[in-house]
Amino acid sequence: MTAGQSTRRGWLARAPARPATGRRFWVLLAAPGMLWLILLFIVPFYAMLAIGAGQLNVVLQTPVPAWNPLAWSRGNLLLVLHDIGGTGAFIGPIILRTLGYVAAASLLSLLIGYPAAYFVARFAGGRKGLFLVLLIAPFWISYMMRMLAWVDLLQTNGYLNRGLNLLHIAPVNWLGGNPVAVVLGLVYGYVPYLILVLYAGLDRIDPALIEAGRDLGLGRARTFLRVTLPLSRQPILAALLITVLPMLGDYYTNQMLSGSAGTSMIGNVINGQLQAPGLQGQGAVLSTLLLLVLLVPMIYYVAATNRSAREAA
Amino acid sequence: MTAARATADRAGAAAEPAARSGARRLLPQRNPWRHPWLLEGFTWLYLIWSLVPIGLAVLFSFNNGRSQSAWQGFSWRWYFSDPVNSVLHNPQLHSAVIQTVRLSAYTTLIAVPLGVAFALGINRWRGITASAFNFVMLLSFVIPELIFGVAMFFVFTVLFTSVHLGTLAEVLGLVTWNVSWPAIIVQARLATLGRQYEEAAADLGANQFQAMRRVVLPLLSPAIFASAVLVFSGVIDDFVLVDLLNSSAGNTPMSVIIYSTQRGGNGGPALNALGTIMLLMSLVLAIIGFAGYRWLTRGERGSGVEALTTITGAEG
Repeated sequence: MTAGQSTRRGWLARAPARPATGRRFWVLLAAPGMLWLILLFIVPFYAMLAIGAGQLNVVLQTPVPAWNPLAWSRGNLLLVLHDIGGTGAFIGPIILRTLGYVAAASLLSLLIGYPAAYFVARFAGGRKGLFLVLLIAPFWISYMMRMLAWVDLLQTNGYLNRGLNLLHIAPVNWLGGNPVAVVLGLVYGYVPYLILVLYAGLDRIDPALIEAGRDLGLGRARTFLRVTLPLSRQPILAALLITVLPMLGDYYTNQMLSGSAGTSMIGNVINGQLQAPGLQGQGAVLSTLLLLVLLVPMIYYVAATNRSAREAA
Repeated sequence: MTAARATADRAGAAAEPAARSGARRLLPQRNPWRHPWLLEGFTWLYLIWSLVPIGLAVLFSFNNGRSQSAWQGFSWRWYFSDPVNSVLHNPQLHSAVIQTVRLSAYTTLIAVPLGVAFALGINRWRGITASAFNFVMLLSFVIPELIFGVAMFFVFTVLFTSVHLGTLAEVLGLVTWNVSWPAIIVQARLATLGRQYEEAAADLGANQFQAMRRVVLPLLSPAIFASAVLVFSGVIDDFVLVDLLNSSAGNTPMSVIIYSTQRGGNGGPALNALGTIMLLMSLVLAIIGFAGYRWLTRGERGSGVEALTTITGAEG
């Protein structure tokens, strides 16, 4: 009953209200942060909305924001929708490509990351510290440095092509718009984050549950399928979200590793429109649309982590 | 030994269907607690794949030639000996290092006190307004950086136009982007502390402010320290916000220089040198963070592993 009730009340209602004594002290403490969030988080999104719903100053090619919702115009929205689905639309195929890249990269990340996180969480024993240091190391190394490392390796006369040469395989033009290089770059860039989240989740699984599976006669594979895997559903979801969300806004990995328009993602379109005079309004609309789509998984993630934090406390 | 175990593993896997049938199910043929060598081998392969390219990139920062992929002998030329193109002498690279350190310091100094106060206030106030703001803070934690960066770019170009693109815009954006670290980590620590220490202080006659300053803040010091390390390293690594909010070479940090110079061509080993400097900065910070966190939590039961995951942000 209590549990059901708290689920129904949702995660916004966290605890019964406290007596008002000294409440002003806490309000005053929180006030600067709240003011900051209003001015520099909420207002900027309203500005983005107002520019998307605004007009274009045809002479200066600058956006004219419409601050009053009654004055909102659909002009930019219609232009963007036409680019997404109309005749000769160029954003539609890029959206599909983005989804393809992100799906391939996040699944590959999971296939690589899960076994590694699982091993370190369960079997590393006394060497856990060592493995964790190595797993966490890329997290501390700048993303651009890690991409630069691959640019070096993938150059026409780089180590990868020289290795292929030893196997009598002709050199591959990796950096000239190769989708494989872009997807592998995304995997390389984001898999450390995924592993870290997975590790934190898998590490919390009670080993007694897995031992119980074994004691009841399940083999290693079936213990994994029937006990461990169902228990890691939540960490897997969290880890996928933590990689998919930033990947959808990525415009730099493919620029570093290919730079060709043939591997553009939705992030490149938004970034390009931001820099192009006259197209900023459409960039604002596209960002707003992306935000609306991602709001659902974002809220889900926030609610899920909030719930697990409260269960842990 | 490893190979022999792996072979045994494979033989065992082949025997699995047979083991499933009939009475043999009750007689396990293999030691179920044996070490998973295949899994360990896979983990090592992953680690090699993830770390060796970086090692090579560091190596090429010492290359005595213009190539980022063909070794021509050791030299310091890309760090300081080359009078034109080294990090020390190229004004663009030189100022990028300084800008990164500046942004990290400013952002940490503003975001940490702001986030800690926010966490304390929100955590104890507990109204619907507090919950709503906590929710907004958490959204700022998970929103894709590009979307947030676009919003920031617009607010500074059409509304708060007196904040020009440049260092101030970068700091304001980075503080908003990073304030969730202290806010989340301090709230997690508050949840494990409970209120008994504060209540004891109140019973002994401390007012709210004294209890906060003398009791709660010292207890929160590991969390505050860990979040400062996270914010500082997060700003070193940050790319999207500073890419969108910089305005000239003087306020462009290292990550953006590497990106904009390397993209679509050979940027030369000076970029590797720049990346290696970033790597060293983060490494020093990680060591300080680990040692400092261990020192602040001495006398608690926490392990080194816990300290490591906390300063990396995996426990928050």
